[in-house]
Amino acid sequence: MSVGTAGDKLVEWLPAIAVFVLGIALWEGAISAFHIQQFLLPRPTQIASTFWTGRHQLWPAGWYTFKEALGGFLVGSALGVLVATFVARFEALGTALIPVAVAASAIPIIAFAPIFNAWLNPLSPTSKMAIAAVLCFLPVLVNTLRGLQSASPRQIELMRSYAASEREIWRRVRVPTALPYLFTALKVASVLAMIGAIVGEYFGGAFTALGVLIRSDAQILDFTHAWAGILVASLLGLSLYFGVVIVERMVIRWAPESRGS
Amino acid sequence: MSDQPVVRIEKVTKVFPRGNVTALQDIELDIAPGEFVSLIGPSGCGKSTLLRVIGDLIEPTEGAVTVNGKTARAARSDHDYGIVFQDAVLFDWRTVSKNIAVPLELLGWSRDRRAKRVDEMLELVELSGFGDHHPWQLSGGMQQRVSIARALAFEPALLLMDEPFGALDEMTRERLNLELLSIWQQLGSTVVFVTHSISEAVFLSTRVVVMSPRPGRIAGVVPVDLAYPRTVETREDPRFFELVTQVRELLRKRGEHLLPEEEASLLEAAE
Amino acid sequence: MRRGARRAAAVALLLLGLVAFYELYRWVWSSAGWTWPFAVTDVSMPHVWTILKAFGEPAQVNQPPLAQILFHKSLFTMKEAIAGFVLGGLVGFGLGVVLVHSTLLRRGVVPYIVASQTIPILAIAPMVVVWVNPKLPGPLQGWGAVAVIAAYLTFFPVAINTLRGLQAVDPRALELMRSYAGSRWTILWKLRVPSSLPYVFAALKLAATACVVGAIIGELPSGLQSGLGGAILNFNQYYSIEPQELWATNIVAALVGILFFVVVVLAEKLVVRRAPENRG
Repeated sequence: MSVGTAGDKLVEWLPAIAVFVLGIALWEGAISAFHIQQFLLPRPTQIASTFWTGRHQLWPAGWYTFKEALGGFLVGSALGVLVATFVARFEALGTALIPVAVAASAIPIIAFAPIFNAWLNPLSPTSKMAIAAVLCFLPVLVNTLRGLQSASPRQIELMRSYAASEREIWRRVRVPTALPYLFTALKVASVLAMIGAIVGEYFGGAFTALGVLIRSDAQILDFTHAWAGILVASLLGLSLYFGVVIVERMVIRWAPESRGS
Repeated sequence: MSDQPVVRIEKVTKVFPRGNVTALQDIELDIAPGEFVSLIGPSGCGKSTLLRVIGDLIEPTEGAVTVNGKTARAARSDHDYGIVFQDAVLFDWRTVSKNIAVPLELLGWSRDRRAKRVDEMLELVELSGFGDHHPWQLSGGMQQRVSIARALAFEPALLLMDEPFGALDEMTRERLNLELLSIWQQLGSTVVFVTHSISEAVFLSTRVVVMSPRPGRIAGVVPVDLAYPRTVETREDPRFFELVTQVRELLRKRGEHLLPEEEASLLEAAE
Repeated sequence: MRRGARRAAAVALLLLGLVAFYELYRWVWSSAGWTWPFAVTDVSMPHVWTILKAFGEPAQVNQPPLAQILFHKSLFTMKEAIAGFVLGGLVGFGLGVVLVHSTLLRRGVVPYIVASQTIPILAIAPMVVVWVNPKLPGPLQGWGAVAVIAAYLTFFPVAINTLRGLQAVDPRALELMRSYAGSRWTILWKLRVPSSLPYVFAALKLAATACVVGAIIGELPSGLQSGLGGAILNFNQYYSIEPQELWATNIVAALVGILFFVVVVLAEKLVVRRAPENRG
């Protein structure tokens, strides 16, 4: 089955585009109809225009924060994969670790943001990167570990019939079966990274950071500018997510999503 | 062609500690080179276990297995056999060609040598042209053919098959039976074939080994004297029906004393 | 029961191990005088004992001990979290149910559900607070807005997993129900919902964490003093003088998060155990 044509893609995305247009129209309409104060909920058109006119401040701030998120994402995910790979070699350790890691992810890491700031200079991007990294580490660890353990017994039996060594089994079976799990986790992590960076900035950060900017906008009740900033944050978060999706499509050409389930 | 049996099973017993199930008891069997031996019996009779014991994928509790004059473990290390499961166990992330090449890669063959052999195997199972497809693009029957091609890729003298056609429909199954026989005769390999189907066992084999459960024992052996090459007509030969009946009688006799619940619990424990 | 005891012992051992590791790290770094990644002092890494002691002492003069204060603040935050959990759970579940029946709606809406999670709620929290509060009845004001924020973080995993679960029905079972001329409602309740339980519980576990995080984050811009978020902001200001109070608050926040998670796990064991098909 070949990848869908441009026409197929369009049909698939049409409803989403329709909803978007409809949503924006409703938003504008509701504001006019109910005379909602701009103070409370700005018009999408105003947000869009502020997004453009404020770009000299907003876009660099977004980039600054994005770098923190990206750095944290890369470091946290890499560590997650490394630990998972190490732990998976010792089966008993892996099975024992998963519930602990899952429970650990129930801890609101965000609450530790101020401590991270205290450790690593609140004005530097490193503290935010650390928060993002911690947020990414756990889901990547749990999912990669699960993935590495997901090879079917028959597949292992087959490799044993070839007298394959552990390393060969690893390379040819365990790693490929783990890849879909890894990418699921990376998608989740990509979203968390950006949020982690911004929340981290809330507790203190450089003025050139997006989170700080949005916060101060909100404090002086300039909600239009704040929304424009949120738009920037959201777009950047989405782009990281889509970046992961693109890499996934390239690496995993056999997954059900790419062949249409 | 030597006189040494390819497979010699001496007083093999296998007890699974969980549930204390005696899957195999005192199994004695010799398989000569070039034979096509089927193992048949009700669920829980240990036929799949016996196959895995031959392949050194399960260790017997007692007894000895010799394959090609070596221990089963040595035979496995030396890649003396290929194995086919009921589920094709193909790797989704590789193309058909790459799937067939897996054992060859493990053996360290050069790329050219691998490519050449893969083409030969594809021709053997009549799937030339499908090399670049992915497993999910093939039907069940085609996937099994790839699985067979992979098992034979490095030309092992022994082929172990665990109900390979069990998941396929009857027509595909009969067609693949004919293909398998043709491959067998071309390559001159020895085949140990586990199946649930009496007619399949008789149609394919030189000998049918009937096993009974609890504990897993050999109930009897039925030599099949039908001529090769066997064709669609063979299935309508009166002698074929006689042999099928013989096997059926053996199965019924030894399985008669089992209650349905006992069989069911064996299914759970031993498989 | 033996397994429970063994597991409790394993957890206790793990905690002790963590404490030991913490103190060891602290000792090594402060003795060697290393400053990477950060300098270890009594402020940056207070002793575990100092933190534990802080629970028993009042944070400010003439106030009850910290433990008591934090306890009340956690109750406040838990109230918001539970409300958010219920609200977000219902919305998410409802959304999943609606979307499973319409491919068109699915294609149109799911991308936005995903996109909604890229909006940093912390940023919109102040606006939500300003917008929602006036609409709420008196006693609900303040924490009600935070509950909405918690619900926002909760509805996403619930919606996505409910959808996935409702879709994960065996097609043959579906055909069977249709052959009985089962209406959409019947199919929904008798087939889809029970098959989706594993997914729903997976979602609820995520939701349990999400609503606590949402509640804490939501309190930050609202200026609410009565919850854990407020406590974090408060103690953050005094960090250089009394770091142990912030640490203590974080430990309490972690415990609340884990508590919610454990509750959902227990609920799952109860509900799923009743259905023999769902063994393992």
